[in-house]
Amino acid sequence: MQQVMFIVISAVTLISGALVVTTRSLFRSALWLVLAFFGIAGLFVLLNAEFLAVAQILIYVGAISILIIFAIMLSRGVMDPETRRFNDQWGVVAGFTAVLLVLLVAILTRVQWPLAAGAVPADAIQRLGADFVGPYVIPFEVASVLLVAAMIGAIIIAREREN
Amino acid sequence: MDYVLDFFVNLGRSWTTWLGTFLPEWGVTIINYLVGGIILVLMPVIATLTLTWMERKVIGRIQNRLGPNRVGPWGIFQAIADAVKMLIKEDIIPDAADRPVFNLAPILIAGAAALVWAVMPFGKGVIGVDLNVGVLYLVAVGSITTVSVIMAGWGSNNKFALIGAFRGVAQLLSYEVPMILSIATVVLLAGSMSTMRIVEAQQIPFIFVLPVAFIAYFLASAAEVGRAPFDLLEADSEIVAGYFIEYSGLKFGWFYIAEYGNLFAVSAITATLFLGGWRGPFSHQAPVLGPLYFIIKTVLVVFVMMWIRGTWPRFRIDQMLGFAWKVLVPASLANLLWVAIVLKIALPTIVQWALMLGGNLLILVIAAGMLGRAAKRHAEQRNLAPLSSGAA
Repeated sequence: MQQVMFIVISAVTLISGALVVTTRSLFRSALWLVLAFFGIAGLFVLLNAEFLAVAQILIYVGAISILIIFAIMLSRGVMDPETRRFNDQWGVVAGFTAVLLVLLVAILTRVQWPLAAGAVPADAIQRLGADFVGPYVIPFEVASVLLVAAMIGAIIIAREREN
Repeated sequence: MDYVLDFFVNLGRSWTTWLGTFLPEWGVTIINYLVGGIILVLMPVIATLTLTWMERKVIGRIQNRLGPNRVGPWGIFQAIADAVKMLIKEDIIPDAADRPVFNLAPILIAGAAALVWAVMPFGKGVIGVDLNVGVLYLVAVGSITTVSVIMAGWGSNNKFALIGAFRGVAQLLSYEVPMILSIATVVLLAGSMSTMRIVEAQQIPFIFVLPVAFIAYFLASAAEVGRAPFDLLEADSEIVAGYFIEYSGLKFGWFYIAEYGNLFAVSAITATLFLGGWRGPFSHQAPVLGPLYFIIKTVLVVFVMMWIRGTWPRFRIDQMLGFAWKVLVPASLANLLWVAIVLKIALPTIVQWALMLGGNLLILVIAAGMLGRAAKRHAEQRNLAPLSSGAA
């Protein structure tokens, strides 16, 4: 049953990811991206990380996709049917992509990935929170400084010019 | 008699056992999930049918008139008449509209309104699925509404719809922050994000321990749902139905169902988080009374929201956003900080709760004082008549 769900959710994620880059209309590619985010949240649920799944939906679907859509609307030619989707270099790019695919498959199948033994602990969320202010406190604080800098930058850019 | 005392849970068990006599394991699971799904989808529809009638009666009485009273006794069939009217209207799609996006937006928003009911604790053991991250799931599903608002505004190919959608998204995103902060305060106090455990942790309802969190959550969720006084997006005198201006017939019906389903859902969440959910007199001996208390508390909160709608004037968009960021967010942050500090002090629980209540009242007094002074300054700047001069 889990195998079937994994195949379905991965298919949804991969197909919508492919459609993001091949759709003609920019707005629709943003919506396919939203579907890909939902698929990733499904994969998190299959990995027993339900907090990450819900946080994924809250942050990515609720905020980041809105940001992407606003940025798309500020650009020109959003739904222009005249724009070509592929330019003339698609042959070379396809060749490089095939080389990359062979490389990735070779790496993934030959490396001995270390697997953590045991089940997911029942108080995973508490341990996540404790880790944030324990061993991983420095990345946490650096991320919050980055967010404050982004907020200050946004306020300065969007401020009314007082002349 | 014991069967009746815990009726809903026992009914569920008997149903599952009866199904298990002639269906394999996976069949029983699928049928149970289907029944649960149907109940989920029915909740916003039932909410719409009953709450639209209640709203028109309540607001009618506030405005000193009767409200609908012709279609059935006390007008209770008015909602069905409205539903029939909506169903038989012509379905108009604008010529240059983006059809898949246009058609998908009402489905997505109604879906988000239905999904919220999966984690509502109706009674002891009567819940769709007891997620570990119940309240975070509620907020996340609410944020799906934001994407569908933009889809509706964009897909209509209408400048006013797009502006309405932008304003709607600004309001929804701004009010998510105080909502999440006040929910986080309750989660700190209850020690778990699961809605069942939050209800079970309320020996006294949390409204008496954290009034600031209650007020912040109440106002923020009223803004999230788009209720007056935050209904700038859909007020007829403002932007003529905002982002769903181009929708007619059943698609507009889905937006309507989503709005009233969301209203019922946020009232239910308020009742769960702050009023004690399904707890009440004799609810431990007779768990069957749980859903009754839950519905009563939810309807009470709905009534207060309708009362506010009929009484307060509407906010402008800049006043609305300023209120969110300058008043609700600092108050909720201060509340969260104070609760976190108090919980670290090793005192008996009652003393901790009394300290939290004291801190909350202090925050309320400070916030009200600052708002009063800001209002006085604003009135003096604009040379408006001061309130203390009395009737001239």
